[in-house]
Amino acid sequence: MTILARIGFWLLVIVIAVFALFPFYYAIISSFRSGSALFSVAYLPESFDLSNYFAVFERQPFGWNILNSIIVSGCVVAISLALGITAAYAFGRIAFRGRSLLLMTILAVSMFPQVAVLSGMFELIRAFGLYNTLPGLILANLMLTLPFTVWVLTTFMRELPKEIEEAAFVDGATPWIVVRRVFLPLMAPAAVTTGLLAFIVSWNEFLFALTFTLTNERRTVPPAIALMSGSTAYELPWGTIMAGSVIVTIPIIALVLVFQRKIVAGLTAGAVKG
Amino acid sequence: MIMSGAVAEAEIPVRTTARGKRSSLTRSRIRAAWAFIAPSLIVLALIAGWPLLRTIWFSFTDANLNDLSDYKIIGFENYLAKYDDEWFGVLTEPDWWRSVWNTVWFTLVSVSIETMLGIVVALILNAAFPGRGLMRAIILIPWAIPTIVSAKMWNWMLHDQFGVINDMLLRIGLIAAPITWTANPDTALWTAVMVDVWKHTSFMALLILAALQMLPQDIYEAAKVDGVSPVRVFFRVTLPLIKPALLVAVIFRSLDALRVFDLIYVLTSNSKDTASMSVYARQQLVDFQEVGLGSAASTLIFLIIALLVVITLAAGRVRLGEDPR
Repeated sequence: MTILARIGFWLLVIVIAVFALFPFYYAIISSFRSGSALFSVAYLPESFDLSNYFAVFERQPFGWNILNSIIVSGCVVAISLALGITAAYAFGRIAFRGRSLLLMTILAVSMFPQVAVLSGMFELIRAFGLYNTLPGLILANLMLTLPFTVWVLTTFMRELPKEIEEAAFVDGATPWIVVRRVFLPLMAPAAVTTGLLAFIVSWNEFLFALTFTLTNERRTVPPAIALMSGSTAYELPWGTIMAGSVIVTIPIIALVLVFQRKIVAGLTAGAVKG
Repeated sequence: MIMSGAVAEAEIPVRTTARGKRSSLTRSRIRAAWAFIAPSLIVLALIAGWPLLRTIWFSFTDANLNDLSDYKIIGFENYLAKYDDEWFGVLTEPDWWRSVWNTVWFTLVSVSIETMLGIVVALILNAAFPGRGLMRAIILIPWAIPTIVSAKMWNWMLHDQFGVINDMLLRIGLIAAPITWTANPDTALWTAVMVDVWKHTSFMALLILAALQMLPQDIYEAAKVDGVSPVRVFFRVTLPLIKPALLVAVIFRSLDALRVFDLIYVLTSNSKDTASMSVYARQQLVDFQEVGLGSAASTLIFLIIALLVVITLAAGRVRLGEDPR
């Protein structure tokens, strides 16, 4: 019985692992096959043809798309963290009237369906002259990252012992100095976690990027991959799409694996949308 | 949002003198607090509050995407209106109701499957076995892959002619002929559910695992000594204890699934048979340029989700806000 149970357990583990990994594995081996080779199914890597990887950069400005994604996500992370840490200090360490109401309001924003602000955001972005620009996307993406950045950082901020800042205040430090000198270093691990989550959210964002950009050079990676097309409408360049997918996914997977523990801590502390 | 970790009561109490007057230090700290949160509040008001209000406003107008400044107010006509004994508006559109049904069905089915599978995966990860760390890393990979990329990967695997899924099923003899998974309305939503399960089960599992790891171990030892079967222990002890965390995870996944856009948009190539509410609203708004009608649909989506949030909060199952203990 225990032997059977053990076999069953390992079987389950293997099935789950295969289910989790197979799609990405299949994308990788597909990306190394090209031309008519793709019209047959292969389960094992059989060729190592890099032509799809060249094609994805030749047929469209994929280099620009990647750069756009890096710029947008990088700026979104920097702004969210800068605003988030100062706000989290106030929410986490200072008791003031209206605090919980404000915190609830910010939490409510993170539950907004993106499409609910779409036409208003469109008008705003046009009014600022930011349509089809990266700053427009940065502004829009802040709506998705700022609320949970504030929320998660507040949770972390509350966990720090209160003696930390009291000493500084006794020595006559102003709140701003306390944030900069005392909390910023202490918050570094939490900032890494939240920053990573914000980066992933922004890197994966599709609806705003699809709606607020027009030309291929200004697109970020998700709409670029979604809108990749072949020579005819009925013939999608699957090899190239898979190559592009592998290129943009490997850095994210690497980040997630390196910072695995931090990300899990951040997810359970803030339960941000996955 | 989930306060599963032990949140220390680390707040500095407002210092008051014996007369109840706030000290100058406290006052300056409160001023600082407002100065610190002001930038975040202003940004959020500008990019979330204002656009939301404008969307609601547009839903009462006949605005067109070409020129958003040229519109007139038409009241509730985008929602419901009657001309010559015929009803018009979003609420009479079969496509809208189809998208509502699609979204609700998608949410119910995918979140249920994710919850059950998530419990299984969490129980596995909670057991001590060699390779546990590796397993946790493996299940995080689908979560890390961008949704668009997942949708494209599965699109390719589900390809009707060259797809690996059809090939596998043909080989083991489960199907006799290739199936057009994503184009056929009968199977398209199921494929969306499958990709969603593939991507989000790990999120569920990690939240449940966090709850499992906080359970007191002595209960389990006692149950073992008494010879209670593991299945019974699970249903009588584990499940009731992790129920609060489970509920929070389910609520957050459901709210997320209700606004699904990218997965369905890419996977089932924008067909109206499988459109979700968000897909429908964006289609009206951008593809048909009908800002008024699209905004009406967006407002309805917002109201539906807001209503669910309010009900959840009112039911008191999830305590949000400060001091979540």
